[in-house]
Amino acid sequence: MADQKTLTFVLMDAPYENARTTTALRLMHIAAKRGHEINVFAYEGAVYLPFALQKAHPNPVHGKDAEEEDHVLPREWVAEVMAEAERNGGKVDWINCGFCVDERGAHEAIEGVRRGGPPNLVAWVGESDNVLVIPTK
Amino acid sequence: MSILHILETAFRGTIEEQDDTVIWTVHAMRKAGQEGSVVLQGNIVGHAVRGQDATGLQFGDHPQTNPVDLAGDMQKLMAAGVPIYVVEGDAADRGIAGADLIAGVQLIDRAGVAGLADSHDLVWHW
Repeated sequence: MADQKTLTFVLMDAPYENARTTTALRLMHIAAKRGHEINVFAYEGAVYLPFALQKAHPNPVHGKDAEEEDHVLPREWVAEVMAEAERNGGKVDWINCGFCVDERGAHEAIEGVRRGGPPNLVAWVGESDNVLVIPTK
Repeated sequence: MSILHILETAFRGTIEEQDDTVIWTVHAMRKAGQEGSVVLQGNIVGHAVRGQDATGLQFGDHPQTNPVDLAGDMQKLMAAGVPIYVVEGDAADRGIAGADLIAGVQLIDRAGVAGLADSHDLVWHW
């Protein structure tokens, strides 16, 4: 891909707390559809976005069982973005901040997520065409 | 014992949770016998606007099949016996008129919130 870019996203928010995570994933999804190289540095609560033990549940207030509720699991959205990137000649390189993982016991992550730290982010800043920070407010 | 729930934060996790988590909690508490009322003030007045449509989100081959239905959830909460009030001035500040709101919510002025606080045993600010 001649105009392939390298885009780095820095995420901070935990899943299920606000809409910023979804917005970030939607931006990544668009970039994935266009075949760009995507880096994600997830720190603080964002390390729970690809947490492998997320589990759907029924919703008694909605009156729906687990199948009807079809609850969102951000780890599945992350996996979809990764797959979309691969289908279009790009890739998603997702790093969870290791200290943040340790603090939270969030060690189980989906395939394609690796452990790292700020030095990885520094390297990405130098390699990327652009960097977007989406912090907790 | 009754609780006045004052909500201000709009669209807090509603996409992923597929509901507003505070409206959900108030409803779950109502099912467990807790009495109360809800006030929407500040940005969350937008939750009561009719005609919202959260459908269409999809990542790869994974569409969201059960998106948030704020109006439906609030109407179910009111049907369960929890009145919902919208601060009229906050709605007007955002260009929202009474006719734009879902049926059943009650408009209240800011001074009226104090009266509601006085008529409940507890006030919880979310």
